[in-house]
Amino acid sequence: MVHAEIVRHPIEPDAILERVGCDRDGAVLLFLGVVRDHADGRSVTGMRYDAYEEMAGDVVRAIASEASERFGTDGIAVTHRVGELSVGDVSVAIAVSTPHRAEAYDASRWVIEEIKRRLPIWKKERYVEGDDAWVQGNAPPIDATPGDAS
Amino acid sequence: MPVSVRTLFFAAHRELLGRSEIEVDLPEGATVADLVDRLRGRGAPFDGLPSQPTVAVNRTYAPLTVVLASGDEVAFIPPVAGG
Repeated sequence: MVHAEIVRHPIEPDAILERVGCDRDGAVLLFLGVVRDHADGRSVTGMRYDAYEEMAGDVVRAIASEASERFGTDGIAVTHRVGELSVGDVSVAIAVSTPHRAEAYDASRWVIEEIKRRLPIWKKERYVEGDDAWVQGNAPPIDATPGDAS
Repeated sequence: MPVSVRTLFFAAHRELLGRSEIEVDLPEGATVADLVDRLRGRGAPFDGLPSQPTVAVNRTYAPLTVVLASGDEVAFIPPVAGG
């Protein structure tokens, strides 16, 4: 089953994993993006994720269904969290299941790169010193629209 | 008939303007580029918005040449940083 959502609550990786896998799939892969404690030589205490939530929901569902088509599997589950996160918190979880491992790795990598390319989400790092800054992002391609299978 | 569009701001743009949305009236036939010019023409802090922003019209990324209709939702999209 293909599933994708934006959430405000902590991500439970086990619940994401349960959404994928079936008897014909011999590979199940889970990727977690986690808030790290440093950036460009500075100590980070946490991260605030902002989203254009209505559009981000559309875009993450489009990414998941494009991945399903591209890699020939229904075993795709993607969850991105927004709001205030601390070091160690999971910001994004991607579970993929496929018959063989190669497609699982390819699909998982493709989904996270598409998220970074076009999901309308922004993040602000909080530093130990008390200041904060928006993380430099990527200008999304204007042809990257929900429903666009290219 | 003027065209009334709901304009949304996020992240650094939201902080720059101190607000998350604004309603803008434009002449019929106005494009996204006209909306950008109109907003930037208000002076500070609006002139801090990019002159060639990435935008979404009705939650889909769109070129600046798109002609707007009343009720459209136009979002200024700063460079994205999900993950």
